[in-house]
Amino acid sequence: MTENQITRWLAKPAVFVAASVPAVILIYLTWAAYNGNQSAWPALTGNLSANPLEDITHQTGDWTLRFICITLAVTPLRRLTGWNGAIRFRRMLGLFAFFYGSLHFLTWAILDRFISLDFPNGVVSWTAVRTFAGSVGEDIYKRKFITIGFAAFVAMWPLALTSTAGMIRRLGGRRWQRLHRLIYFSAVAAVIHYFWLVKSDLRRPITYALIIAVLLGFRAYWARTHARPVRARTAVTERGVGNPVP
Amino acid sequence: MLIKRPADIPSSQITDKKTYLNRREFVRAATGTAALAAVGAIGAEALLHAQPPAPHRTKLLNVKPSEFSTTEKPNTWEQITTYNNYYEYGTDKDSPAYYAGRLKPAPWSVAVEGEVAKPAVWHLEDILKGQTLEDRIYRHRCVEAWSMVIPWVGFPLADFIKKVQPTSKAKFVEFTTLADPDQMPGIRFPSLRWPYVEGLRMDEAMHPLTILTVGLYGEVLPNQDGAPIRLTVPWKYGFKSAKSIVKIRFVEQQPLNSWQRAQSNEYGFYANVNPTVDHPRWSQAKEIRLPGLFRNHTTEMFNGYGDQVAKLYTGMDLRKNY
Repeated sequence: MTENQITRWLAKPAVFVAASVPAVILIYLTWAAYNGNQSAWPALTGNLSANPLEDITHQTGDWTLRFICITLAVTPLRRLTGWNGAIRFRRMLGLFAFFYGSLHFLTWAILDRFISLDFPNGVVSWTAVRTFAGSVGEDIYKRKFITIGFAAFVAMWPLALTSTAGMIRRLGGRRWQRLHRLIYFSAVAAVIHYFWLVKSDLRRPITYALIIAVLLGFRAYWARTHARPVRARTAVTERGVGNPVP
Repeated sequence: MLIKRPADIPSSQITDKKTYLNRREFVRAATGTAALAAVGAIGAEALLHAQPPAPHRTKLLNVKPSEFSTTEKPNTWEQITTYNNYYEYGTDKDSPAYYAGRLKPAPWSVAVEGEVAKPAVWHLEDILKGQTLEDRIYRHRCVEAWSMVIPWVGFPLADFIKKVQPTSKAKFVEFTTLADPDQMPGIRFPSLRWPYVEGLRMDEAMHPLTILTVGLYGEVLPNQDGAPIRLTVPWKYGFKSAKSIVKIRFVEQQPLNSWQRAQSNEYGFYANVNPTVDHPRWSQAKEIRLPGLFRNHTTEMFNGYGDQVAKLYTGMDLRKNY
């Protein structure tokens, strides 16, 4: 097997499965909690606490941040080890960050907002849409930790939408790469979101802030010590943006 | 003389360069995969480690029912002993269940100080001597917008206050709780200024709903719920109900309670449950009656105890005195 085949048929599917595990467990536990049950395999999956909404909100948020960190670690890993194959995992990892971010957003929008609203004209009506939008909008406007968290999520949308090979080609490597630096904003905004929401114990937000500071700091360091020739072009392959073509 | 030594390895056994490089690629790919799989595994492990509920304790004798009890269905022993805010044991909801076994609730004494006729250190047995215990099934509303129904066992704080005879200067009661890093590992981290301090106005402290709690579900109070003696003030947010009390001080000035000291724009002295005054970061209009997947319960003014306590606050701006 060539490295290409190993990556494609073994490594990527394995990463996909591993990255899905938390979501599968959470969805299973939510379903069990909804039915008033506990996990049938508590040793394997754990259990939700007496406050499942809080668990789901925190877990999906944590996993979003973890995948943002893992995604941001790909480039430093590649630079430090010289293993360029790492780049082939980046898109999937980034999309998992977006996936967990979406679950986090939906948990808030549906379980925290939507369900607790009253819809006198039924759920399928203009007033329902207005009430829901008003409730979501009010929270985003009034509570700054939600404002910044929402901004972090919104900034991930263009990245997810332009993650396909076709979009990379259409945008051109340079522009695509510039656009995708938005992830730096999302990472920083997500950490600020975490800082602003905790009641008093800042240890976890500080941990994420340090990890992200190292990962972004590495890029700044690398850019200074490895300045590229002005006219070098960036190779764009269907698998992503690669090394500059000499 | 040059003697040509035979090669150690026959050429047939030398891996050709292409395969050799391939192997390195394989190792790299495998290492990367293993690292990511490890992340997945650690993640799954980090997910939701449910703690076992508190062990059952001695049954309390001669507990009388109370007219103040609600008829709502109480939460389970497991829910009440595995989901706790008790930062002295750690800031996660399951930290208290994990660490509270380290607490030694006996022997226990409570120092009574300040504006009282006879300041003294009271042994817990003496506090309880001759005291009738009552079942008080109360709604418990946390400032974080979740709630439970909890079958406490206790007695009116007023009974104890009458015994210690506060002077006319006593306008407030200040409660200080245990802060021993050996029994409570959360104390090593300054998530709040230790020890935890709470306070009540004298009329709030004397109110018949305000109790000193020593039991749960007819048994001796589990450590994670504030053993051996705690305050329960059902019309206020949970943080007002100080746990594991070691000092009760009668004072002239309004005490500065721990959460107000930490974040005065979010937590005040009164902390009455009030659906019309939002916490700056979330609405207080609805709550999650646990266990629940969404805000399934409308929050009531004074947590539904308005008939009994609203008169304590007539003429007060509760928006200002949150």
